[in-house]
Amino acid sequence: MHRGWLVSEMAAHGAHPPGFAHQFETVEQQREAGTLGMWIFLATEILFFGGMFTSYIVYRSLHLQSFIAGSHELKVVFGATNTAVLICSSLTMALAIRSAQTGRSKGSTIFWLILTMILGAAFIAIKLRYEWYADYVEGIVPGVNWVAGGGHTPGVKMFMCFYFFMTGLHALHMVVGLGILTVLVIMTARNRFSSEYYSPLEISGLYWHFVDIVWIFLFPLLYLIGGRYHGS
Amino acid sequence: MSTATADIQERPGAESVNYLNANYGIKSWFLTFDHKRIGLLYLASINLMFLVGGIAAVMMRFHLIEPQGALFEPETYNKMFSTHGIIMVFFFLVPSIPATLGNFLIPLMIGARDVAFPKLNLLSWYVFITGASLALIGVLTGGVDTGWTFYPPYSSLYSHTAVTVVAFGVFIAGFSSILTGLNFIVTIHKMRAPGMTWFRLPLFIWAMYATSLIFVLGTPVIAITLFLLALERILHVGIFDPAVGGDPLLFQHLFWFYSHPAVYIMILPGMGVVSELITAFSRKKIFGYSFVAFSSLSIAVISFVVWGHHMFVTGQSVYAGLVFSVLSFLVAIPSAVKVFNWTATLYRGSISYEAPMLYALGFIGLFTIGGLTGLFLASLATDVHLNGTYFIVAHFHYVMVGGAVMAYLGGIHFWWPKISGRLYPDLWARIAAAIIFIGFNLTFFPQFVLGYLGMPRRYAVYPAEFQVLNVMSSAGASILGIGYVIPLVYLIWSMKYGPVASANPWKAKGLEWTVPSPPPTENFAEIPIVTEDAYNYPTIEAHQYPDAPGVARV
Repeated sequence: MHRGWLVSEMAAHGAHPPGFAHQFETVEQQREAGTLGMWIFLATEILFFGGMFTSYIVYRSLHLQSFIAGSHELKVVFGATNTAVLICSSLTMALAIRSAQTGRSKGSTIFWLILTMILGAAFIAIKLRYEWYADYVEGIVPGVNWVAGGGHTPGVKMFMCFYFFMTGLHALHMVVGLGILTVLVIMTARNRFSSEYYSPLEISGLYWHFVDIVWIFLFPLLYLIGGRYHGS
Repeated sequence: MSTATADIQERPGAESVNYLNANYGIKSWFLTFDHKRIGLLYLASINLMFLVGGIAAVMMRFHLIEPQGALFEPETYNKMFSTHGIIMVFFFLVPSIPATLGNFLIPLMIGARDVAFPKLNLLSWYVFITGASLALIGVLTGGVDTGWTFYPPYSSLYSHTAVTVVAFGVFIAGFSSILTGLNFIVTIHKMRAPGMTWFRLPLFIWAMYATSLIFVLGTPVIAITLFLLALERILHVGIFDPAVGGDPLLFQHLFWFYSHPAVYIMILPGMGVVSELITAFSRKKIFGYSFVAFSSLSIAVISFVVWGHHMFVTGQSVYAGLVFSVLSFLVAIPSAVKVFNWTATLYRGSISYEAPMLYALGFIGLFTIGGLTGLFLASLATDVHLNGTYFIVAHFHYVMVGGAVMAYLGGIHFWWPKISGRLYPDLWARIAAAIIFIGFNLTFFPQFVLGYLGMPRRYAVYPAEFQVLNVMSSAGASILGIGYVIPLVYLIWSMKYGPVASANPWKAKGLEWTVPSPPPTENFAEIPIVTEDAYNYPTIEAHQYPDAPGVARV
């Protein structure tokens, strides 16, 4: 009921806070709308990845042995390294938001954002150089370079398909995330944020953590649950 | 559009500044963030798609006049019904009411200046146009012969047509649905005017909210499914190909996980429109407001657990079939709640029969037939007989065309004075509504009989004994086609020559009728404060028994 009065007055005096959009009545309303919007977007992302996870699980149960054999083709050391890299990047992202929230200098926020970007880029670099490229050399990339035979059943090929689709889709989300971080760095440098207004940082953080969590599910599902450590 | 608005300004006694005449030129439309203008962009584009899909339908019906087929080779016929289905489902029915009336009305109805994310809203239109263009390119350069369902292996091993391009078109258009749904949910949650509590919202808003839930939760699944299908075709890897370990049934599961809820994307907004029309032309508060509101939500929720009824005969387990059958029957409950509440609202209402009301009444009758025949198909044993026949075609056209398109037209007529600021000729509108009703029933009722007698759908030829019913159906289709052209003519005519509409020509309730027609760009000079329930029409009881308990006060 009471919301709106303050900003109506502010509007009357032409005192819009920075980043305030005309369709809203209060800054609070805008912040809540942005946050809710991001959560809903993440819900759609869960369903988006969910379709792929479901297909993966169905085929895994249909071709269990082949999927285990396929899992053994993956470079688990680099997968584990990347898991650590991503978790660290979530920490630095959280620190970037905290820095803005507590009104530290913009240099501090930019520092954490750039560190997050470096970690994100490192993830993609490791994935490209030491995993996908190595797979390509070995001839286990379906549809691109697949050396037929080699003791691989069609089920192994299916596993590798899902491996590339799922990690590829995840990497695409990482690239989008890096783009978002670039924009955030520029906005921070232009003094767009303060301890009162930093919701773009906050909702971008939600996205970054989400992409991180997707990997947390992908890593065990693709690399670990193949009975790798049970002498097979 | 812009030429018509230019004329408005040139008229003597110039009208006040509104969203149509606030500024001019191509850029002011194609770069607009105004939800009302974006609604009109959608209106123009989806009607174009309706035209394309409609032409394909008319050609199919023309072909089926002769048992051996009058026009095409069977392959061409396959492309014709696939084009019709894909264009109508993904590029007309899904966006129809939400993207046009929803965009235009939601902020006006809840007392907001715009949707929560206007730029996202414009983006969704461009995404839609990109997807629609791809689909049209695919249709023109090779076509698709898979049916609208893209089932593999029709769509993978055995199709040499432009499946990939069209599937990508549908994939991309899906993101426009997601953006629209996201925008609407946030708008309805966060942008309501002071005093506009959830239970004062117009029922159209509840319907749009339920629709948006399906948009954001269902669409991503079909997006990823079509993506997998396209990858299978491009990279020649077997995701759904049984020869290399794939499972075509998995595609059907994933496809219907979206596409069954999508049926409710098409019908729920129509139900919302009809709730508005019935109250406005009965001059009576809706009967059982909260039941109608919650029935929208329960339809949305149940819609996600009934998809298996499309697979009773395609190799799904018997027990899964049993469960999906029972769950499918459940959808009938909230749907019936709506129909009963509408009829109870009509009871002792001061009913008038303007054109929008004719569409609403047509909707109730046709939707009831479409819904009840759905129960035949939800029954396991009957479905074995009726699956894949014209009975199914007739059933979903009663829901989709008799329901959704009727409601769309009723809604466009009802809010046209608000959208355009002009009145259309009511006599012509009533004639068109009657022609559409007659044409529709003549087209699709014979198809129930055909299906019951065993004529399969999607066949280019048929046994000679089915010819009489097929000719009836084709004759109906031509009447229906004429019925759709008439409103197009007089609505465009009215933009220039129609009498100027007042703010509230129907004397209806709702915030959208409190602002001028057409509304100013910012919608409300001052954000309204809502103090009364929706549909607060004076009741007859209130006149007769002013002291009776529980009677709404005038």
